[in-house]
Amino acid sequence: MKGFIKKINQINFGLMSPEDIRAMSVVTVETPDTYEDDGFPIEKGLMDPRLGVIDPSLVCRTCGFRGGDCQGHFGSIELARPVIHIGFGDVIHKILRSTCNECGRVLLNDEQIEYFTETIREAMDNKESLNAILKEVYKAAKRELKEMPGEDEEVDMKYCCPHCGAPQEAISLDKPVTIRQGDYKLTASEVRERLEKITDDDAFVLGVNPEVARPEWLVLTVLPVPPVTVRPSITLDTGERSEDDLTHKLVDILRINQRLHENMEAGAPQLIVEDLWELLQYHVTTYFDNEASGVPPARHRSGRPLKTLTQRLKGKEGRFRSNLSGKRVNFSARTVISPDPNISINEVGVPEMIAKEVTVPVYVNEWNIEEMKKYIMNGPDIHPGANYVIRNDGRKIRVRNEETKELILEQLEPGFIIERHLKDGDMVLFNRQPSLHRMSMMAHEVRVLPYKTFRLNLCVCPPYNADFDGDEMNMHVFQTDESRAEAKSLMRVQEHILSPRFGGPIIGAIHDHISGAYLLTRDGVEFTEEQALQIIRKSHLRLPEFKGGQWVLKSNPDLKPDMEVPSDIEESYIFKDKGAMWTGKELFSLLLPNDLNLTYKAEISKCPVVYPEEDETVVIKNGILVQGVIDESAYGSFSGKILDKIVKEYGPGRAREFLDRSTDLAICGIMKTGITTSLNDEEIPDEAQARINEHLDKKMAEVDKLVESYEEGYLQALPGRSLEETLEMKIMQVLGEARDMSGNIAENYLTMGKQSDDDPYEHVMAVENHSVVMARTGARASMLNLTQITACVGQQAVRGGRIERGYLNRTLPHFKPGELGAKAKGFVHSSYKSGLDPIEFFFHAMGGREGLVDTAIRTAQSGYMQRRLVNALQDLQVKPSGLVTDNQGNVIQTMFGEDGVDPAKSDFGKPADLNKLIDEIKMESGMIGK
Amino acid sequence: MDDIEIKVRETINQLNEEENLNIDFPESYIEDLSKAYIANDLTDDELQKLIRKLKQAYDRAHVEAGEAVGTVAAQSVGEPGTQMTMRTFHYAGVTELNVTLGLPRLIEIVDARKDIATPTMDIYFDEDRRNDEEFVRTLANKIGKSTINDVLLDFNLNYGTQEVEAILDSKKIEEKRLERDEINAAISKAFKKAEINGDRIIVPVSKSDKSDSKFEIRELRLLADKVRDLQISGIKGIGKVIIRRDDVEWIIHTEGSNLKEILDMEGIDHVRTTTNNIHEIGEVLGIEAARQSIINEAQNTLSEQGLSVDVRHIMLVADIMTSEGIVKSIGRHGISGEKSSVLARAAFEETGKHLLHASIRGEVDDLTGIIENIIIGQPIPLGTGSVGVKMDYKKE
Repeated sequence: MKGFIKKINQINFGLMSPEDIRAMSVVTVETPDTYEDDGFPIEKGLMDPRLGVIDPSLVCRTCGFRGGDCQGHFGSIELARPVIHIGFGDVIHKILRSTCNECGRVLLNDEQIEYFTETIREAMDNKESLNAILKEVYKAAKRELKEMPGEDEEVDMKYCCPHCGAPQEAISLDKPVTIRQGDYKLTASEVRERLEKITDDDAFVLGVNPEVARPEWLVLTVLPVPPVTVRPSITLDTGERSEDDLTHKLVDILRINQRLHENMEAGAPQLIVEDLWELLQYHVTTYFDNEASGVPPARHRSGRPLKTLTQRLKGKEGRFRSNLSGKRVNFSARTVISPDPNISINEVGVPEMIAKEVTVPVYVNEWNIEEMKKYIMNGPDIHPGANYVIRNDGRKIRVRNEETKELILEQLEPGFIIERHLKDGDMVLFNRQPSLHRMSMMAHEVRVLPYKTFRLNLCVCPPYNADFDGDEMNMHVFQTDESRAEAKSLMRVQEHILSPRFGGPIIGAIHDHISGAYLLTRDGVEFTEEQALQIIRKSHLRLPEFKGGQWVLKSNPDLKPDMEVPSDIEESYIFKDKGAMWTGKELFSLLLPNDLNLTYKAEISKCPVVYPEEDETVVIKNGILVQGVIDESAYGSFSGKILDKIVKEYGPGRAREFLDRSTDLAICGIMKTGITTSLNDEEIPDEAQARINEHLDKKMAEVDKLVESYEEGYLQALPGRSLEETLEMKIMQVLGEARDMSGNIAENYLTMGKQSDDDPYEHVMAVENHSVVMARTGARASMLNLTQITACVGQQAVRGGRIERGYLNRTLPHFKPGELGAKAKGFVHSSYKSGLDPIEFFFHAMGGREGLVDTAIRTAQSGYMQRRLVNALQDLQVKPSGLVTDNQGNVIQTMFGEDGVDPAKSDFGKPADLNKLIDEIKMESGMIGK
Repeated sequence: MDDIEIKVRETINQLNEEENLNIDFPESYIEDLSKAYIANDLTDDELQKLIRKLKQAYDRAHVEAGEAVGTVAAQSVGEPGTQMTMRTFHYAGVTELNVTLGLPRLIEIVDARKDIATPTMDIYFDEDRRNDEEFVRTLANKIGKSTINDVLLDFNLNYGTQEVEAILDSKKIEEKRLERDEINAAISKAFKKAEINGDRIIVPVSKSDKSDSKFEIRELRLLADKVRDLQISGIKGIGKVIIRRDDVEWIIHTEGSNLKEILDMEGIDHVRTTTNNIHEIGEVLGIEAARQSIINEAQNTLSEQGLSVDVRHIMLVADIMTSEGIVKSIGRHGISGEKSSVLARAAFEETGKHLLHASIRGEVDDLTGIIENIIIGQPIPLGTGSVGVKMDYKKE
């Protein structure tokens, strides 16, 4: 960051008085036109050169700066007649209603005035909202009469001004800006006169702060004309000029203003003047807000409604949300993403094309000057090059050709800034929309790679919620050392392995990473020494020590290599004789920290048959995988136990290393064994199909019986339900069972491989079903998906129940009216593999459509909810004292979450798992005991 | 249990005194420690070690000053919203009741809506009554809405005499445990001209306009509906009731809710009986209870969908909603609309309105919030932006 950053301390809001507007104005615009035929702007026209210039070749007549540096100057239009400001229509109405029609005093007695002045002042001092108080003021000051009394009629004092005693006639607002007293329509001039009569003190009670605004300023007599920089005209390719919407609107105002002026001077009849006045009001109204209710929007010649002042500010595409809260930035890139398991989780593969376009500014100093020279030599087209050089005098020079290169090299001295290409190891910010949580923006290290996509490690897909079906992601390059340092310590991928949402890992293995580890670590997987060493090498693991004719897979780092191994901790070692077979579990153990101890149930323990049974309980002892297989529960995202323990106990750096190496190892595992899937995986024997059919028939009969019992009237209604609802619920239940049971039958035939020692298969890998492996290990899909393919798809639901809609009393003309059977209401007997019949297909599409609509609506709804939540909570912060306060200093919590624990640093919401601590203590004391 | 908690406390005090460890655990930790002490059969020495380790972990896990806890909480509650289903409509355990769940319910909670789509109550009973089926059933019928229709044996329209004849079923009345007198009182209150003759009730059409015969039939039928739908028992706001027995006791679930009157009844467990209407809890039990209710409801809604969100995030949302003593909604009518900064409000919703009002009231924006500083292009006062570096002038 260069230079002194001006700090804005506060922003005061206020109204501009007509005098202010005139004083600010550099030209009184009178001509309702922009340019002469020769292309020069008309003097006193809307493009008067005194209003500022856009073209960099011109000099501004007011400030003397060139276009681009001149920020523009306001002009003004003297309105022939006053006009009400559309935004203040209801405020004016409320003020007039609360003030005396005769004397202009506020319709409150002195006591009330004092009380409200006090209350408002207090609220303003406390920065509280005035809305509620003002509502009360307006209510208290309302004393309108329904009908004005005759001359000498007695009027109740509560309808009279407490100051002058005049009875108050009702004042009404005819939206948007017409104000009536009784039946008489007040002109803007009359409204203004009345507002002028209000004293400053009274105005304060009515919510108009006399320090910054006067009530009569709510009625405009002079209109500011924004500078041309606010409403630039566009020159089309044809040479035709196209004016901004605001300019169009100002032309309209000026034209009517002129006519009104002329007519008034010529002494035209009242009627004509009033018509023109109303027209002027309309144009000024739409100039401010073209979407005001009750006003037909002003349109462009093409019929498109004009975008005037309010439209520029409002809404998602408005100035506030689109240009102020979020801005377009330089040094960013966006392209399609694709996977690369060979890069680390905290890296991102950046295409060379992008690396040459976005740059990093580097200060030249005497230590890096040689390196910088090399970059300049390379220039903008050869990869580690440079695009721009900023000299000590602040001039920015583009590195273009050999000449400029030489020139720069000649001048180059410490203090220059070189905008060099992105190179390996640079920190960049990587992001995928929608950015729903902080893990949607993480800092990665650059790896410049060939081709044109961003490459990312698969483990970071869950936090970004990315896949590779065409997703695009954004990259931002840090431009200052402060930002780079901050990102490096706070935003790097490994700092976000644990999600602050629940205190568990969100970055972790998915898909083949999981199935690969399973295929590698399950029982019976063996490799020859050569294969094993190949795998170790390929997965960038450290080669185990070879000592005394043996491989030492695990060793105590405290022991010197030549020391005798104490016999009591021998179990923390694995010795491998040269030439012996290696198991996959041993290979995986190489990844684990030496003192890791852990026992948990593997994901596959959820399957009915696990072979061999030991595989379902994972035991890690002193960093050795003693038994069990590695699957989703080990290091999957959201659920990885080993990963969780490593991040929490060995730190994010070690966890990153673990994930990187395990990716490599899993890939080796999957490449050694191979994995493939096809429809054959969903094949079941005829006997199974017969059983399923038999079962489905039985359940259908059950449904028929239920329907029968309903029709014959002996079905008992459940408490609180009608007979029909009861029947629906019972049928749903039976059909649910039907699907589940047929699924279970199929599941028994879909097995991962060998089921027991009696199985005739010689080797585990001989017969295995990779679809099932994927489902069971949690890599992808679920058993439900598989059984829907093999056995039976099941009931299709719309709005949480069986399918009801369609024809009168039936879903399709294929059924009898009133039919209640399974098939008639959307039960799909077929499996995806056998194929759905047309009726089933139709019902399936109905259910599928509902899902799609549901998702579309949900994203919109949850997006808005999140925007509201963030907006409401964003100002909260933890103070050094531990208090949680908002930006006004209001205490929201005395201690964050009642115990002050950061969920991102917690162990699933607790500062520590007591059982883990106790295990640790027991182990420590056990060691001492020995 | 209490002895052990005392013991744990004593150990902590001892450690504090002897080694000046400055341990200050929240209540729940002491409970957890006591439980672990019993479950693992720890020695005193091990307990000391455990406390020490917990203290270490506790210190490590502390939130850092300047942390943007609000944004993190908002994201943690909002992000799972995208994964929620829209239309889950069942009540855990009781299939007979419909309860809004999933995203619509979560939105309802943060909106702090006054009339929620499906108010329900869970009514528990005190120790003496929780196994008294007869008592529970009687109470259920007293609470739940019953109409004449529920106790009818026969119902006739007499077009000739312009009368509605209803014959009540004593068995059903008894089954519903209703009082005859109360029914009769309700009938005579609603229909002044009703003749009550034991089970037989005759209600004539009130003779207002007898000339047009077409209207007579219509009126008779309207009257018939009125008679049938006449409420003879129940508490205002409560519709259907469902009696359920879980493992150890009887519970009543209701459709609709009226916490105030239910809590007034005899035999109710005042601690566990609850409603899902947050405003009602706020009115009856106070703002602290409303806060707890927001936490419970939001957490249940999320965990029912299998989404785990740390309570602390939900607590923060609940706290900001209730910090001023009334339940305020998240959004333009609540917290966001009452922010002190003009720019923050203008950047959220209703841009024009806020700017115009600010100008006539002469509001001042102090630029202390996040969005204001983003708008004017200054570093935000949060996280690393909340601290600065000062030079120590005195040092050379």
